[in-house]
Amino acid sequence: MKITVSGEKKEVKDGITVSELIVEENVETPEYVTVSVNEEFVKKEDFETKKLSEGDEVEFLYFMGGGAYFA
Amino acid sequence: MDIKFTNDQLERYSRHIILKEVGVKGQKKLLGGSVLIIGAGGLGAPAALYLAAAGVGHIGIVDADVVDLSNLQRQVIHTTNDIGKPKVESAKETMEAINPDVEVTTYQKFLASDNIMDIIKDYDIILDGTDNFPAKFLINDACVMANKPFVHAGIIRFKGQLMTVIPHESPCYRCVFKTMPPKDAVPTCKQAGVIGAMAGVIGCLQALEAVKYLTGAGELLTGKLLTFDALKMEFHTIKLPPRGEGCAVCSDHPTITELIDYEQAQCEWKPGQN
Repeated sequence: MKITVSGEKKEVKDGITVSELIVEENVETPEYVTVSVNEEFVKKEDFETKKLSEGDEVEFLYFMGGGAYFA
Repeated sequence: MDIKFTNDQLERYSRHIILKEVGVKGQKKLLGGSVLIIGAGGLGAPAALYLAAAGVGHIGIVDADVVDLSNLQRQVIHTTNDIGKPKVESAKETMEAINPDVEVTTYQKFLASDNIMDIIKDYDIILDGTDNFPAKFLINDACVMANKPFVHAGIIRFKGQLMTVIPHESPCYRCVFKTMPPKDAVPTCKQAGVIGAMAGVIGCLQALEAVKYLTGAGELLTGKLLTFDALKMEFHTIKLPPRGEGCAVCSDHPTITELIDYEQAQCEWKPGQN
């Protein structure tokens, strides 16, 4: 099936879970990534069970520091 | 505020004034406006330069650190001659040299739960140019509690991101990132590196958001996280779910009602240093 990941169309296996997609996409620091599917956040405890459907739009939101160290 | 432009000011701001979205009215709003920049580092440096040049009347800048040689690859408000000087002093000197219309207030200190409310209260909008997550959560929570708009930003390697928060209207940082990552769980720029111009791109976008907020031009980056990947040269906008749903700080029934001083996540922090 086709889904959109971070704005890019991707072919993935039917019924892929959020956890499986995180592995497939080589998500950095997977324990701390925020995931949204069709503009709704997925709770971390649901990553294992949440199956994606054809046409879903998935986004990964990352912690990002940067800037000044000592403020 | 009734500001009469001098001839010099009309000339200095002529490229702003000619814009229909800014005009004389907008320039007066900038001169009568105030922005607090937290962190005089990679993000704060370009933001401070452009906001000073734009004629924002009052700019506050917070940073406890002194200029280090390793800063100069990206912190373009400081020069080689400033090494060892407090960053806020170096930044103030540069901003005042760019534009004498700007009043700069410096805060050479760490932000904490006991001083942040007193500092942010005097400003229209706040720019988060910090590296560490305790500061990012503290800034978010304080701005939500004080109802102060702010612009979050982060950079690492060849990537950057930002979002603008209008408290109780648009999603806050904690709506997206619920809790602090543990110490060293997420790489910092010092550990992972950052391309210098990335700080320029994202810091300038923060400055743009502040200018838009003060002048009322266009639409703010609220309800969205804008990401930039320099290796692909791609911007991407992530639409966020509505504000507050289950958010510990900005929902209508918050569970966090007092500011939290999280343990510093960065490995370099030394207790007692300021």
